[in-house]
Amino acid sequence: MARPLINVPAKVKRGQVFEIKTLISHIMETGFRYTTTGQRIPRDIITFFSCSYNGEEIFSADFYPAVSANPFLTFYTVATESGTLEFKWIGDNGFSETASVPVTVE
Amino acid sequence: MKKDRATRRDILKTAMAASAAIFPLPGFPLPALAQAAKARVVVIGGGFGGAACARALKRADGKLVVTLVEPNRVYTACPMSNAAIAGLRDLTLQEFGYGRIAVDGVEMAYAAAEAIDAAARAVTLSGGQRLEYDRLVLAPGIDFRWEALPGYSREAAAVMPHAWTGGDQIALLTRQIAAMDDGGVVVISVPVTPSRCPPAPYERASLIAHMLKVRKPRSKVIVLDAKDAFTMQRQFQGAWKQLYPGILEYVSLSDGGLVTAVEAATRTVTTDFDKYTPAVANIIPQQKAGRIAEIAGVADRTGWCPVDPVTFESRLQPNIHVIGDAAIAGAMPRSASAASSQAKICAAAVATLLAGNTPPAPTLTSTCFSLIAPDYAISQAGRYQPVGDLYTEVEGSAAISPADAPQGLRAREARDTDAWFTATTAEVFG
Repeated sequence: MARPLINVPAKVKRGQVFEIKTLISHIMETGFRYTTTGQRIPRDIITFFSCSYNGEEIFSADFYPAVSANPFLTFYTVATESGTLEFKWIGDNGFSETASVPVTVE
Repeated sequence: MKKDRATRRDILKTAMAASAAIFPLPGFPLPALAQAAKARVVVIGGGFGGAACARALKRADGKLVVTLVEPNRVYTACPMSNAAIAGLRDLTLQEFGYGRIAVDGVEMAYAAAEAIDAAARAVTLSGGQRLEYDRLVLAPGIDFRWEALPGYSREAAAVMPHAWTGGDQIALLTRQIAAMDDGGVVVISVPVTPSRCPPAPYERASLIAHMLKVRKPRSKVIVLDAKDAFTMQRQFQGAWKQLYPGILEYVSLSDGGLVTAVEAATRTVTTDFDKYTPAVANIIPQQKAGRIAEIAGVADRTGWCPVDPVTFESRLQPNIHVIGDAAIAGAMPRSASAASSQAKICAAAVATLLAGNTPPAPTLTSTCFSLIAPDYAISQAGRYQPVGDLYTEVEGSAAISPADAPQGLRAREARDTDAWFTATTAEVFG
């Protein structure tokens, strides 16, 4: 499993809106496909994503089978205080991945 | 190669049948067909497709007036050019002229086609000359979607070459890599498909890695790919693991490989998650059919040209045929091999149509060799037939080098690569 990729500017001005990009490798198997022998391929997807900024949730999303493999999310927030952005992905079969990056507010 | 020649003979047979129709037996009336004997065909573009087509037309029917329009007197062939870029081959071996084609009776017009009047069936050349045609064949190759990559442009390509078409660009990348210090990084940005010669970026990365391994062992090459999967991927990646560990780094789309912007002044390559400032940046942009296709009105909103797969006649403009990289040919890859194969089929079809007959449904072949090291090559070959509007691979015709193979086979395929190039360029330009 490759580590999730996160892109957040290292430094932002207080009050500025900044972009957060995340990319995680995941098969996102829909559960609607069958093998050549007619066996249903069990669903294996990420079901939930959240991002917290200094402990407060600023963005979250429920994922469904229509979300593509290797989900790539881009969203925005306002720079308030220096601190940490924490990311969490939860999915089928006990899938769980976390990541965190520091952000410096000037 | 033997297979190629057999195919060509078959096509010539078809073409001769077509000529036979144009020259009925003496004593038979021939008014309806007589005009076909002096029919004019203009071919635009002197690459593997256009040059092969002009020649095949003249061979199909010596009375056709065939004009080949091409601004450059020297053609720099793309197949094997990756070996030149890696310093393994003299670039002059990639250069071909049109002298032999002219000897075959093709009239050469060394000019660019500026305008096409489909209704009047006439082409205007850069010198102002006007060429009228009964049938027009466009083999314009590719053009770039410069606007698809922020920061990239013709000017930026003088610093960060694409080296994807044209001798100057190939020479520029060759010089940059040769001049790079040991320890320098080469970045290759690979675009989404459709693109010219899908395995070529990976061949290029492999051969540059070979050169670095031998001459600049502290350097490396990083491939930034806008895709997650590519042709002969297992074969390439198996070879990279074996030959170039630590020298060739591959970053797929899902690893953040999509290049989102470049800056020529600082030679910066930006992805969604990273920034690179390599010593050499080879930026291969997104592609579309060559410019004249748009001018002629034969390109659709995809930027490529839909054609009738039997005759390669445009779906959008009558009497204009499109072959090679510019055409939408379904499962056929965009390669020199495919282009020259299409050229011969198209030439036979044009001759048949001008004689008032219906061309038969063809079977086409394409072979793509990829060098991974001077003595290590892999290949992919197939036969293709029209199904509906598009070429589909004939079931069971696909032949791909095995993922696991002894070095002897890889070395033999490397010799085959050379033999293919020699035979194909001799057939088209020699």
